[in-house]
Amino acid sequence: MTGKGGVGKTTVAAAIGLAGADSGRRTIIAEVAEQERITGLFGQPAAGYRETEVADGLSAFSLNPEEAKEEWLRDQLRSGRLAGMLGSSRIFTYLTAAAPGLDELVTLGKIWELAQMERRNKRDRPFETCVVDAPATGHGLAMLRSPRTYAEIAKVGPVAKHAGHFDRFIRDGRSTAVVAVALAEEMPVNETIDLQQRLRDEVGVELAAVIVNAVLPERYSNDEAEKLQSLDGQGGPATREAVATALIAHSRAREQRSQIGRLRRAVDVPVITLPFLLTPEVDLDGLRTLAAELERKL
Amino acid sequence: MSRANGVGDLIGRKQVVICAGSGGVGKTTTSAAIAAGMADRGLKTAVLTIDPARRLANSLGLTELGNEEARVDLPGSSGELWAMMLDAKRTFDELVDTYAPDEQTRDAVLSNPIYRQLSNAVAGSQEYMAMEKLHELHQEGRYDLLVLDTPPSRNALDFLEAPRRLSRFIDSRSLRFFQGGSKLGLGIMGKGTGVLFSIMKRATGVDLLRDLSDFFNAFGGMTEGFAERARRVEALLGDSRTTFLLVTSPREASIQEAEWFAKRLREEDLPFGGVIVNRVREEIDTRPSPQLDTELTGLLGDKLGGKVSQTLGEQVALAEVDAHNMADLKRRLGRKPTLSVPELPGDVHDLEGLRALNEHLF
Repeated sequence: MTGKGGVGKTTVAAAIGLAGADSGRRTIIAEVAEQERITGLFGQPAAGYRETEVADGLSAFSLNPEEAKEEWLRDQLRSGRLAGMLGSSRIFTYLTAAAPGLDELVTLGKIWELAQMERRNKRDRPFETCVVDAPATGHGLAMLRSPRTYAEIAKVGPVAKHAGHFDRFIRDGRSTAVVAVALAEEMPVNETIDLQQRLRDEVGVELAAVIVNAVLPERYSNDEAEKLQSLDGQGGPATREAVATALIAHSRAREQRSQIGRLRRAVDVPVITLPFLLTPEVDLDGLRTLAAELERKL
Repeated sequence: MSRANGVGDLIGRKQVVICAGSGGVGKTTTSAAIAAGMADRGLKTAVLTIDPARRLANSLGLTELGNEEARVDLPGSSGELWAMMLDAKRTFDELVDTYAPDEQTRDAVLSNPIYRQLSNAVAGSQEYMAMEKLHELHQEGRYDLLVLDTPPSRNALDFLEAPRRLSRFIDSRSLRFFQGGSKLGLGIMGKGTGVLFSIMKRATGVDLLRDLSDFFNAFGGMTEGFAERARRVEALLGDSRTTFLLVTSPREASIQEAEWFAKRLREEDLPFGGVIVNRVREEIDTRPSPQLDTELTGLLGDKLGGKVSQTLGEQVALAEVDAHNMADLKRRLGRKPTLSVPELPGDVHDLEGLRALNEHLF
């Protein structure tokens, strides 16, 4: 799941995870961000780089590239001691901290591992669905591009081999779906349309679906809105403010509808809408509402 | 229209404004609005953005911007507004061209696969090059005010960290390591380095190491130039002619971020101008009440009157949340100014919209 910053990717990823777990699939939500938020949404303390059960059949995992790098090194060298030596080398730390695309590559590598039926550590149980709360559009695309780039740079050797695996995994529509999250506003819609094209051109992947988050209710029919407009100052000051507030809400909902229409015309994939939640911050009840909506619409 | 604590007062006579903030809070739009507003106040301003989603282009009603500043037609303005969408790769290439001792070195770097990936990578080099371009334009001194819209990220301070990581990558220590490494672990390297190199080889494969090694060998003569430049860029960030503004939203998570950001700027000894909070839902004086309901249903009928009452209740509650979060923000930031911009009726994506926004910003 990717999309413009601030559209609610994490919330939607959590709701999709919940919907997946509700349908009986063992599901994990892998969050690619510095600040861990998924566990908090489920009312649990931050758990970091490990699988944590947050609801029945639903786990969360906070994907920190530093730890993904360490895990990858241990796995490559098959020796904690050698990995430790390399990891404590300042020069190696500098190199890997800035090596272009390396964070993205090892992050994707861990996602791939989480999604395997046969886990790296035999004691870990497999997941049937892995929902990835990926970075926003530009960085998200960079992450999806990184395996191909590394496969090309490294040509042969372990990096090339793994990067090749990940690249095929991402581009195989049977294993991976890229879903965009958007808001029904001008710029998020533009960025989503852009994303579909760039996914095609830069990664060789087709967008699977768009989820439009926080869609306002269309409460008033055209006739009703006209009736409100025609009041034109009737009633006391309280009534006038109430009616003005209703008209603003109505025009926002109408504007959203036209943006969703524009989005539907521009992308050739399903566009699913989720309602705006009237709570100050999304809580577990809110997530359940969104999950139920997704189950109904997916 | 001007208020005592409009954004013009936050900026004062500063020459560089850096707008930071996490994604989706209206940072690009705010940057463009500030540059347009200061141009309307007689200054020659330029707004720099570096944005794969081309949002500034949207904000300015332009379809394309290049790596050069383009003048934006601002009817009736006493100043000038210029805008630039930064091409990170091109900026990086130009720097290599500047610092390469000869053509052969330049071509070796430009064609190296590691360099190509480095200069194309979204994370890191965009931030680095944004700072570079800012520094370059400031040096040239053609503008009264430069407004930098920092690259989109989840973390408002990424634009400070990423360039540092990148300049460590190309610093002289990596260089010394790989100059030995060109012989792939043999010869002049000390024993420790040789062992390290052979472990790395196991982890990455030999081609990748060779490319890295070639890259650092070619880059060798330029590291000093880059390092010197990086120091000047850092100096500009901490300069008294620079100010940082945090753009944010009235959500709880954004408020926490703002506090953290202010703390980090203090730690880094960087000049923090204040916070701009976008899309704050305006407070509504009227509260739902039985008398109001009676009047509404009397005028509109049960059904429509009930709907209006419901909408009012919802909007009052939402505005209260924002007011509460704004109060919290002000308390946490102490004396730092906060500017609140109300949610506007329509999206802002053209000059008219920017000017409407500026009614509230200035």
